[in-house]
Amino acid sequence: MFRKFTLSVPRLILAIFLMLLGTIFIYILSKTQLVILGKNLTSIGILASGLIFYSGILAIITMFESETVLSIALLAPSILAIAIFVYGFISWSIRVSLSKWKGLNPDYTWAGLQQFHDLFVNNPRFLIDIRNTGMFTVGFIFGCLVIGLGLAILLDQKLKGENIFRGIFLFPMSISFIATGVIWGWLMNPAVGNRITGINLIFKYLGLNSLISLWHSTPQPWGMAFTIIPAIWQLSGFTMALYMGGIRSISDDLREAAKVDGASEFQIYRYIILPMLQPVTLSAVIILAHMSLKIFDLIVALGNKAISLDVPGIYMWTTTFDGANYGQGAAIGVLMLISVAILVIPYLVQNMRSENEL
Amino acid sequence: MKRRTLINIILYAILIAFSIFYLLPIYLMVLTGVKSISQVDLKTMWSLPTSGLHIENFISGFKQLAPNLKNSLIMVIPEAILSSLLGSLNGYLLSKWKFRGSNLIFTLILFGMFIPYQSILIPLVKFIQFLGLYGDIPGLIFVHIIYGIPITTLIFRNYYAGIGTEILEAGRIDGASLLGLYRYIMFPLSAPSFAVVIIWQFTQAWNEFLFAVILTNQAHWPVTVALNNLAGSQLVQWNVLMAATLLAALPTLLVYLFLGRYFVRGLMAGALKG
Repeated sequence: MFRKFTLSVPRLILAIFLMLLGTIFIYILSKTQLVILGKNLTSIGILASGLIFYSGILAIITMFESETVLSIALLAPSILAIAIFVYGFISWSIRVSLSKWKGLNPDYTWAGLQQFHDLFVNNPRFLIDIRNTGMFTVGFIFGCLVIGLGLAILLDQKLKGENIFRGIFLFPMSISFIATGVIWGWLMNPAVGNRITGINLIFKYLGLNSLISLWHSTPQPWGMAFTIIPAIWQLSGFTMALYMGGIRSISDDLREAAKVDGASEFQIYRYIILPMLQPVTLSAVIILAHMSLKIFDLIVALGNKAISLDVPGIYMWTTTFDGANYGQGAAIGVLMLISVAILVIPYLVQNMRSENEL
Repeated sequence: MKRRTLINIILYAILIAFSIFYLLPIYLMVLTGVKSISQVDLKTMWSLPTSGLHIENFISGFKQLAPNLKNSLIMVIPEAILSSLLGSLNGYLLSKWKFRGSNLIFTLILFGMFIPYQSILIPLVKFIQFLGLYGDIPGLIFVHIIYGIPITTLIFRNYYAGIGTEILEAGRIDGASLLGLYRYIMFPLSAPSFAVVIIWQFTQAWNEFLFAVILTNQAHWPVTVALNNLAGSQLVQWNVLMAATLLAALPTLLVYLFLGRYFVRGLMAGALKG
């Protein structure tokens, strides 16, 4: 790897200059503070100086004429960042989850699996969270798949205005879960009698009084079921787009051939297209499920941290940052990670294998 | 022929019904926003404005959110630019300069995109405090760039994988190095992918809530945190809230309206190979 080395004096001078510059900057910043526009950016400055120093090392590496080494060296900052901020921090969280840390001062006294035990035994709130997440996940995935597939098939009928409809169905993806939660909170207003409003008011106009509902304020456990509506509103268009991509990748020749053989439109969908969409369904399920296991902002905006609509993401937030119960908060975070990892890791591994075969 | 027409009418009816479902919230926000204050009443939520068009609600919503809209803007712009540059370099190296284990490294990076951020939140807060960046926008930008590495690398890598190696080989014969090939061949070809990534990162950071609420203090709240706070307060009239929600969502809605093609490509990239 390092066999070939060509000394280039200008490049060496450049390398020494950059490394010196980086060192001097780091030295200065360790003595004083860097303030730009009233913001203390000392640590950003040190990071930038570190990168200047590192580019000096890169200049030396280029002289080895090994592209593999240079490629790895250029990737190194990103790899290092991910190693620290993803894998390092996950390990750190796991360590906190195994400690007794409660209160503002770190306390790493070993507690074994006590935090996890406390969550699953004698903690009604966490059990509500599990039930809510389960209900949400099932309803949300089912709704998105059915509506997404239905819309994709509808838009496959070569109707005029296909692009406009597609645009309408997809736009909710561009706005935040917070905005969605705020608007739907008003649409699903549970007020009754004189103050009736939102969708309930439309039902009243239409004489559909039996449909008037308390929505997400319905007593436990069914209130959670209504939080699925805004989530489906936001993500069914995305599911539709996944299916549309899948349908488009099925060759027209295949459909034509089936038609020539006398298959009806319905049979073409039933026996050709739907079976070929199975991989799309699988990836849609994985993406939607990993989102619903993490669901957080939508429920915050919709439910205002009501316990009946609690989910692990919210519980982690409040117990850690409002209750200063770091050990328990870390345990919830680790459990969330495990649930997502079980789902996503096989998917990523399979994705990697199929690439290695190419 | 007649049967076909009938079917088409049914299909359109279904499509229009769904369109109403998707557009209902937008309709409500716009409608409420343009009503005069005297006309805003929960009972007439759905009625059209009767006394002309008004913009008072938008003005008062804007007054409430102006500092936060500004915070979001100064966070999102450097974040989108820097993370797209980083993603472009990573994507180029991981697609065109594969080494043993590069696919494994890529997969390990990709995992960072799926993790629930609650699982790294406590160390993150402690670390950002240690760096002295807690409470302010630079810290939030830094965090968004780091956790944006997986998706930006993914989008660029897929894009560069689609560019044939012939053009790079031609460049090599002319004596270009690894960085020269990037600088003179790949980078100039990357404009569409930069559009996708910048738009994606812009939208993501604009809409993000968890990092924002944990890592910034009230003076530096981005718009999502402020909006959530506004919605929870009893002092704000709901018509102002509706106008404020529309204002908060407007930048990403406009991006979708005018640059939707690029946004959807970013959206689909997140689904890996599909």
